[in-house]
This record gives sequence, C-alpha cells and structure tokens, in this order.
Amino acid sequence: MTVLKSLLGASAALALSTGAALADPALIYDLGGKFDKSFNEAAFNGAEQWAEETGGNYRDIELQSEAQREQALRRFAEAGFNPVITTGFSMSTPIDNVAGDYPDTKFVTIDGYVDPEEHPNVKSISFAEEQGSYLVGMLAAMASETGTVSFVGGMDIPLIRAFACGYAQGAKAVNEDIEVIANMTGTTPAAWNDPVKGSELTNAQISQGSDVVFAAAGGTGIGVLQTAADEDILSIGVDSNQNHLHPGQVLTSMLKRVDVATYEAMQAGEDLDTGTERLTLEDDGVGYALDENNRDLITDEMQERVDEARQAIIDGEVEVHDYRSDDSCPALSF
Amino acid sequence: MDFATVLQVLDSTVRLATPLLFACLAGLFSERAGVIDIGLEGKMLISAFFSAAVAAATGSVWLGLLAGIVSSVMLSLVHGLASITFRGNQLISGVAINFLAAGLTVLIAQDWFGQGGRTPSLIGQGRWGNITLPFANALSDVPVLGPLYAQLISGHSLLVYLGLLTVPLTWWILFRTRFGLRLRAVGEAPEAVDTAGISVTGLRFAAVAICGLLCGLAGSYLATGLQAGFVRDMTAGRGYIALAALIFAKWRPWYALMACLLFGLLQAVALRYQNIDLGGLTIPVQLMDALPYILTVVILAGFVGKAIPPRAGGEPYVKER
Repeated sequence: MTVLKSLLGASAALALSTGAALADPALIYDLGGKFDKSFNEAAFNGAEQWAEETGGNYRDIELQSEAQREQALRRFAEAGFNPVITTGFSMSTPIDNVAGDYPDTKFVTIDGYVDPEEHPNVKSISFAEEQGSYLVGMLAAMASETGTVSFVGGMDIPLIRAFACGYAQGAKAVNEDIEVIANMTGTTPAAWNDPVKGSELTNAQISQGSDVVFAAAGGTGIGVLQTAADEDILSIGVDSNQNHLHPGQVLTSMLKRVDVATYEAMQAGEDLDTGTERLTLEDDGVGYALDENNRDLITDEMQERVDEARQAIIDGEVEVHDYRSDDSCPALSF
Repeated sequence: MDFATVLQVLDSTVRLATPLLFACLAGLFSERAGVIDIGLEGKMLISAFFSAAVAAATGSVWLGLLAGIVSSVMLSLVHGLASITFRGNQLISGVAINFLAAGLTVLIAQDWFGQGGRTPSLIGQGRWGNITLPFANALSDVPVLGPLYAQLISGHSLLVYLGLLTVPLTWWILFRTRFGLRLRAVGEAPEAVDTAGISVTGLRFAAVAICGLLCGLAGSYLATGLQAGFVRDMTAGRGYIALAALIFAKWRPWYALMACLLFGLLQAVALRYQNIDLGGLTIPVQLMDALPYILTVVILAGFVGKAIPPRAGGEPYVKER
C-alpha cells in the first residue's frame, strides 16, 4: 500500500512538474471574437507567429459572455498556464479579482489597467492610440477635398474618445479650419456589432460634407467602411490593417500592434516583466498602414509630412493630447 | 435645420424603420393568434445570415432571400412545435430561439467561410439595388415636391416598398378575410374556434409560419439590403424594439406602421444629431436611444390610451373534455 502510495505520489509530482516546466501561455479574447478582422485577430496573429517561430503551444478561448471572464482566468491559472494574456479593457476588474489568488501566474492585460502595487504579477499594456490616430488624422485632412472629415466610434468609452481626440488633433494640425464630426454608435457593448447603425452614421456624416471617415468601432466599422466604399468616399480602418477590405477605397488603417504585444509576452513566457507598459510610436506600438492597396491614395508629399510628424512626436517636439489624461479634448467637443 | 437635412433624416428613417416594420408585423400575426414571440430577434438574425451566405455563394440576392425566409420559417416552426404542439412556455421557447440563432449563425459562418462568423462582402447581384421610381430624375427640379419624390420616396430597395405594401395587406388579411377573423379569434377565445370545428393548432401554426416569413424578409433586408453581408449579432436588438413597437401600436397594423416610423425617426435623429440643443437645454443622445422603450412603458402603464393584448396570448390551448 505504501509503495503504491509513494508511486502514485511520485507520478503525480512528476505530472505536476512537467506541467510547470512546459507552462504554455494562454490567450483570452474579448467579446468581439477571435476573427474580428481587427483587435482580437491581431492578438491571434501574434500568438500564431510565436507558435510558428518557436514551435510552442498555446491555448486560447473566445469569451461568450461577461460572466465567463473570471471563470476563464481561473481555469487557465489553475491548469498551470503562464502567462495568461487577455485582450480588451473589460478584463481589468476580473484580473484585479483573480490575480491575488494565483501569485505564481503572470497575467497580461492588453488595453486594461491593474494597479501594479497591488498585484505585482500583472502586466498592463496600453497603447498611445492618440499618437497613431493623430497620424491618420493628418492623412485624412490632406486627402479631404471638402474640408470636413469624420469619425465613427463604437461604444462611448474614454479609450475610443482618445482615438477621436488624436484624430481631430492630427486633422487640425494640417488644416486649422477643418471640420471634424465625431459620432459614437452607442453606450452598450452592442455598439461594437451594429454595422447597420454604422452605415447610417456614415451616411449622416457624408450628408454633412465629410469625405474621409475613420472607424474605430469593431464590427460596426465593417458597415462604415462598406458605406464609405458604396458612396465613393475614403475610409480609415483600425487596429489591424484593414486596407484590403475595399482596395483603393480605404485611405489607410490606424495600426495598433496588439500582435507585437502578444508575441512579446509569449516570448518572455514566465520571466515576463510585470508592471505597466505603454507602447508608442517610438516602439512601433502604433502607426499607420501602407501597402499595395492604398499606395495610390497616399502621395509622396503626404507620406513625407506624416513621417516628419511621426519623428516630431517621437522627439517630443509635438505633443499629442491624450483624452484619458484629463477627460477632455482641446480639438473636439463630445 | 434646412429642407435638405429634413429629407436626409426622413430618408434614413425609412431605411431604419423597414426592418422594424417587418418584424413588428411578424409579431402581430403571431401574437394576434395567441402565440407570444420574443424570438423575432433570433429569426431575423438567422435569416440575415442565410440570406447573406446564400447570396455570397450563388451571387443571387433572390436565392438569398429564399434561403433567409426558409431558415426563419424553420425556426418559427420549432417555436410552434415547442409552444403549440407540446404546450411549452412561449417566452422560454422564444428566448431559446434567440440564443440558438446567435450561436448557430456564428458557428456555421465560421465553418463555411472561416472569416470569424462573418460572410464575405457581397457584390453586384448579391445585394438589393436601389430602385429609382419613374420620373424621379425628371421631377427632381420641381421645388419641394421634386426632391421629396426623388430622394425620399424613390431610391429605396424593393424590400422597402414591399414592407410598406405589407401593412395594408396585413390589415386586409386580418380584418377582411375569413382566415383573419379566425386567426384573431384564436388569439382571443380559442375554445370558441374549437367549438366551431376549426383547428386551433392549424391556425396557430399558420400564424407562426407567416411570422417566420416576415422575419425572413426583415433579416434579408438587414444583411443584403442595408449591408453587404452578415456580421455576428447584427440585428443588435431590433427584434426587441419591434416588440416594443407592437405594444406601442396596440397590435394594429396601421398603428404598427406609425410606431415603426416613429421609432425609426427617433433613431435617425439620434444618429444625425448627437446632442440636441434646445435653447440651453441639451438632450443627450442616450435619451433618444432610450425613448422607444420609455414610450412603450408609458403606453403599457396606461397613461396614453390602453394597450390590451390578445386575451389568450401566451397560453397554450388545451382541448376541453
């Protein structure tokens, strides 16, 4: 009996230790879904790249409801996955609740924020969205012929306002008199997946004179880009490179390198540095997309001016106001 | 606010009201026959998916419409089977249908197209084109009436006109035909219908099938008329607003048209003006979004007239012995 017991104990310990040695990373997508052609898909692409390059394995889950957030975190932490990477600002509170119970597991929140003092095992990654939006705002203003550009946001949250605010600042940097129309789709999560409303908002903006529209609205953005293409105006995609959705009709895309953030977190594995990290233009954490689909839309002069502005922001000569710093925007009123 | 802006807002109203109208009339048929249907949302969603998927695969919006209607009617029959044949709880069956549609559409879309629960973008014949009514261009120079005709009345897709025609048709069927009389009777006093030797089950099934047909049209309009493809959860609560409109309209077809146009107008205004400034008083856009529900509650509370639902609504019919 004792022999059996120790044998079992040994094998159990072995199983546990192999589990720990192989600690795979895990990835939790936000409600928008893995293949949203945007934010979450970028995380997936980063993870795939990591898996391909290192031959490693990772596990992922698509959340279906709010209630699953904590559950998914606990399941992954208990199964020994490390680090557990999450996307979306809504994960802040669940991680805050869970992180203390699993001190040996490292959690990463992309777009969320958890106090590093309170939970030393959490890494909060944020992006300087206002900087990337500033650049596409400049491009929009340079491409606009009517002197009016517009913005369609998804759910009305400070993060999305930061996009709008950066965009307006960029547009006004090129043309002081430019009119910037900013609309939000709604105040509930349904606002991320309402392309019909996105289309109507775009139509309303077009009738107010807009000829370049920037969509930072998840699935709603599909409707915005579609209507812009139908009505023959230019649009700007977000998060992932969306230039290919309507080749020649999407001016550019505001890139948020969620893929890079995911890749690097997986690469670091258990030795991940925790705390807060903000990815900016300087780290190529944000930027604008240029590929064969929009090559003809962006003239050399436009590119030159944007690249100058990019350098100026990196050097600190131009400061882009972040809406989240004081809940106000100098270039736009909401 | 100038005339051109008014026209644009009204134009947007018509587009936004059409899916509500189809869904509202669908609910009207079902509830008038005594089958409460909160599964309108799910049926619209599944029709939106299948119409977009089939239109994407075949390149024909008509085949897409057919597929949308068939899928929606199938779900209706499931609802009928659960709540008429097996006398289950109609609310629960409706909720189940909403969940089923939300999950099923994304699952099948991912399996077929691998684009994350989305169908490919539709092009050309895969979408409903906008119909320009005769003389629209010629008359557009006539002051006031010209632009009104050319912009507001002309230039919508076929389904919009079909939706408007469905209103008098519904009224005629319900209030001028023998079938309509029986259908209303089955929602008020099914035992009387049964005594007259007419099948309660058959009538109720007919009603939910018509409900499925109309939801199919609504979904098809969303995915292939207003949009160029399906996106997960794209109905975004329109089925529930349609239910609110149905109560607001007190289960009457013409009132339903008015209610849907009103709710569409509220949405269109909210989309056009984020914050409305009324001389110092600013109305936030959130209030406009909430107004349809607030109005419905006001109506239900009996402040403005009285909304009396069909008497046998929500109760499965059990034959008396």
